[in-house]
Amino acid sequence: MIAYLGRRVIQSLLILLGVSLITFALLYLLPADPVRQIAGRSATPETVENIRRQLGLDQPFVVQYWHYLVSLLSGDLGRSYIQRSEVTELIVSRLPASLLLMVGAILCELLIGLTMGLIAAVKRGTATDQTLMVASFVGVSAPQFVVGLLLLYVFAVRLSWFPIGGYGTWRHLVLPSLTMGILGAGWYARMMRSSMIDVLRQDYVRTARAKGLARGAILFRHALPNAILPVIAMIGIDIGIFMGGIVVVESVFGWPGIGQLAWQAIQRVDIPIIMGVTLVSAFAIVLGNLLADIVAPFIDPRIKLR
Amino acid sequence: MKKFLTSTVAASALVLMLGMASARAEDAVDPNAKQGGAITVTYKDDVATLDPAIGYDWQNWSMIKSLFDGLMDYEPGTTNLKPDLAESYEIAPDGKTFTFKLRHGVKFHNGREMTADDVKYTIDRVTNPKTQSPGAGFFGSIKGYDDVAAGKSEGLSGITVVDPYTVKFELSRPDATFLHVMAINFSHVVPKEEVEKYGADFGKHPVGTGAFKLAEWTLGQRIVFERNPDYWHKGLPHLDKVTFEIGQEPIVALLRLQKGEIDIPGDGIPPAKFQEVMADPEQKARVVVGGQLHTGYITMNTTMAPFDNVKVRQAVNMAINKDRIVQLINNRAVPANQPLPPSMPGYDKEFKGYPHDVAKAKALLAEAGHPDGFETQLFAMNTDPNPRIAQAIQQDLAAVGIKASIQSLAQANVIAAGGDKAGAPMIWSGGMAWIADFPDPSNFYGPILGCAGAVPGGWNWSWYCNKDLDAKAAEADSVVDPAKAGERDKMWSAIYDKIMEDAPWAPVFNEQRFTMKSARMGGADNLYVDPVHIPINYDNVYVNDVQ
Repeated sequence: MIAYLGRRVIQSLLILLGVSLITFALLYLLPADPVRQIAGRSATPETVENIRRQLGLDQPFVVQYWHYLVSLLSGDLGRSYIQRSEVTELIVSRLPASLLLMVGAILCELLIGLTMGLIAAVKRGTATDQTLMVASFVGVSAPQFVVGLLLLYVFAVRLSWFPIGGYGTWRHLVLPSLTMGILGAGWYARMMRSSMIDVLRQDYVRTARAKGLARGAILFRHALPNAILPVIAMIGIDIGIFMGGIVVVESVFGWPGIGQLAWQAIQRVDIPIIMGVTLVSAFAIVLGNLLADIVAPFIDPRIKLR
Repeated sequence: MKKFLTSTVAASALVLMLGMASARAEDAVDPNAKQGGAITVTYKDDVATLDPAIGYDWQNWSMIKSLFDGLMDYEPGTTNLKPDLAESYEIAPDGKTFTFKLRHGVKFHNGREMTADDVKYTIDRVTNPKTQSPGAGFFGSIKGYDDVAAGKSEGLSGITVVDPYTVKFELSRPDATFLHVMAINFSHVVPKEEVEKYGADFGKHPVGTGAFKLAEWTLGQRIVFERNPDYWHKGLPHLDKVTFEIGQEPIVALLRLQKGEIDIPGDGIPPAKFQEVMADPEQKARVVVGGQLHTGYITMNTTMAPFDNVKVRQAVNMAINKDRIVQLINNRAVPANQPLPPSMPGYDKEFKGYPHDVAKAKALLAEAGHPDGFETQLFAMNTDPNPRIAQAIQQDLAAVGIKASIQSLAQANVIAAGGDKAGAPMIWSGGMAWIADFPDPSNFYGPILGCAGAVPGGWNWSWYCNKDLDAKAAEADSVVDPAKAGERDKMWSAIYDKIMEDAPWAPVFNEQRFTMKSARMGGADNLYVDPVHIPINYDNVYVNDVQ
C-alpha cells in the first residue's frame, strides 16, 4: 500500500511537471509578445527592450522555464502581466468561489443523477427508463453555455426566482450549480442505472425477495448501498470534467472563481495567469484521480492496490 | 518657426486670461445636480490596475481619472483644456518652458497636502524604466528624458521645483501637445510615501487627490469608490458612492439594467441586442449617442508589392463600400474618409476622400499593371464583428478583381504580424484600431502613420514613412501658442490630406459610442459620452431619486 502510494505520488508529480513544460512551451511559442502588451502603443523600441530585460524574457527558453520552476517550488507563480499583481494572490482569492461551486455542482449531480439512475433501473425496459436515459443523454451532450443561458433566462429573468448572475448568497449558487450538475447528472444516471441493475441480479437480492421483504426495504437497505459505492468513487474523476466546465459556467453567471480568471486571462493573453490556472487545475485533476484510486479498495474489496 | 509672444506683457496677459478661465470652470457645477446617492456600474473583466502610471485600458482610464488629478484637465463632456491641480500656467515665448502655479490646500486621500515635489516625483516615476509605464513615451519632450529612459539618471533634469506651489518644465523642443500630456492619466499626481509603501501593488491601493477614494476592492467581484469629502473642487462629486461589479457578461448586465438593478453597463450594449434596444422607445430614450476619437481602417503594407504602388492603394480605397460595412454593424459607426475622426480638432470637413467607384478602381489597377487583379491576404482579429467586416471587405475587393484570403487571428497575433515588415499585406484594424490618447490631431500621426512607428514591433502597419510629412508634423507641433491652435489644426489637416493622397490606409468608419443608463441617472448628455471619460464622467453625473 505504502509503496503503491509512493509510486502514484511520484507519477503524479511527473504528470504535473509534464503539464507545466507543455503549457510553458505552448505559451512561449505564441506569436504574441507580452512585453509589447505591457509597454503599450506609444512605447519606443528601447522601452520595450528594457522591460523585456527586466522580466527576463530575453533569456533562452530553457533558462526561463528553469526560473519558473524554481520560483514555483517556493509557491511563487509570478506576476500577472496585465493585472500587475501576484498570480498566487489572484488564484487564492478566487479559489473559495470555485470550491463552493464544485460542492454545489457535486450535490446537484448526485441528487439528480442517482435518483434518475435508481428509477431507471427499477423501471428497466419501460418508457420511463427510456425517457430518463434520453434525458441523461441530452444532459451530457448539451453545451453548458446554452444550458446556463437558458436557466438564467427562465428562472432569473422571467420568473425572478434567482438573481441574474453574481455571487454572495445561496440563491446565487443554485443556477450555476445546476448548470454544472446537469452534465454530471447524465453520467451518474447511466452509471447508477447499470450498477443498480447489476446488484438487483445478485443472489442476495433474490434471497431477500424470496424471504418476503418489502420492495422498498430491498431497494434501499440491501441494493442501494452496494450499488451506490462504485458510483461515488467516481467523484474524484469528476473533478477533471468540473475543471473544464467552470471556465464556461463561471463566465456565464459572473461567478468569481478561477474559471472566470482563466477565461479573462486567455482573452488578454496574460501568460502568467494562464500558466497558474492550468497548473492549479492539473493539480486538482491529478489529486482527484489519486483520491479515487485510493478510495476504491475501501469501497470495493475486490480491487487491490499493487 | 514664428515667435508668438515677444513681450512679457503679452505673457502675463495670457496667464491672466487662463486664471480667469479656471475660475469659470470651478463655478461650472450643474445647478440641478442632486447631492448623494449611489450607482452601480458593471464590467466583464477584472480591473487591471488603478495606478495612473500603469493603467492604460478604457476600463480603468476613467476610474483613475476619478481617483487622481493632473495639472490639467478637460471641461466635463468636452475636449477643452482647463487647469486642474494647476491654478494657472505660463508658457515662455520660445514654447519650451512651461511654468505651473499649483492650487493651495489640495489634499491627498491620506490627508497630506499635495505640493510641487509630488508633481516632480510623479513624472520622474512614470518615466523611470523600472516603473514599466506604457505612457513613458509621452514625456519624451522633457529635458533629460533620454538619460532617464536609458537608465543613466533617476530624475528628469527638465523639471524644477521652484517653490512648494510652483513647478517648471523645460523641454528639449517646443511641444504643442504638452498641456494635453499634463492632462493624461500618466501625469496624474501620486504621493511618494504611499507609492513606496505599497511598491508594485500601489495599483491595488491607489491614493490620489481625486473626487473619489477607493473604499473596497474585492478581487474579481467588486470595487467601491467613496466620495472624497475633502475634494478641492467644492460641490463635486455629486455621488456618495460608485460600485463597480466585476465579472458580468454584457448580456447579463443589460438584463439587470432592464430590471433596474444596475445603472451603467460599462461594456455597453451587446451587439446582438443592439437593434432590440434601439427599437424600443422607452429603452432608446436612455441611450446617449456620441462621437468617439476612433477610426477603423485597412492598412496596406507600402513596402510590399503590389501595395508599393500608390495606384493600387487608391484602387483599394475606391473599392470599399463603407456604407454597407456600417450597415453590417447596425449603424454603430459613421463612414470615414480620412484618418482623423470628426470630433477631433483638425478634422477636414471639406475633404471628400475617395468615392466608392468600382469602375475607376479597376481602371487604376489596370494602370498599375494588374488588369486582372492579384492575390493577397487580409489579416483581421477573430472576434465579432471583425470577421464579418473582413468578409465584406473581401467581397468588395473581389468585385475589382483582388482575391484576398482572410487570416482571422487572435488580437496579439494580428498585432505581431502588423509589426513585422514582411508580416501582413493588409490588415483590418477592427478591435485594435487607434483610439486617441488625448484630443489632439498629432496623436493620430507619430506611432501609426509617422516614420517613428514604422519599426519592427511598431504600430505603423502600413510601414508608411514620409520624411517630408515628419518634418511638417514637427513644425506643426512647435506651434505652442494656444491662440494659434486654429492655425496649427489647419497644418495638421494638410498633413492628413497629403497622407490620403498617398493612401497607405483605407479609412472605413468612425465608431460611435452608445452609453445606456438607468432612468434615475441625471446630468447633461455629454457627460455620458465624455470624450476622455469612457464610459462616463463619474465626478459630474448624479442620480435623481435622492433627497
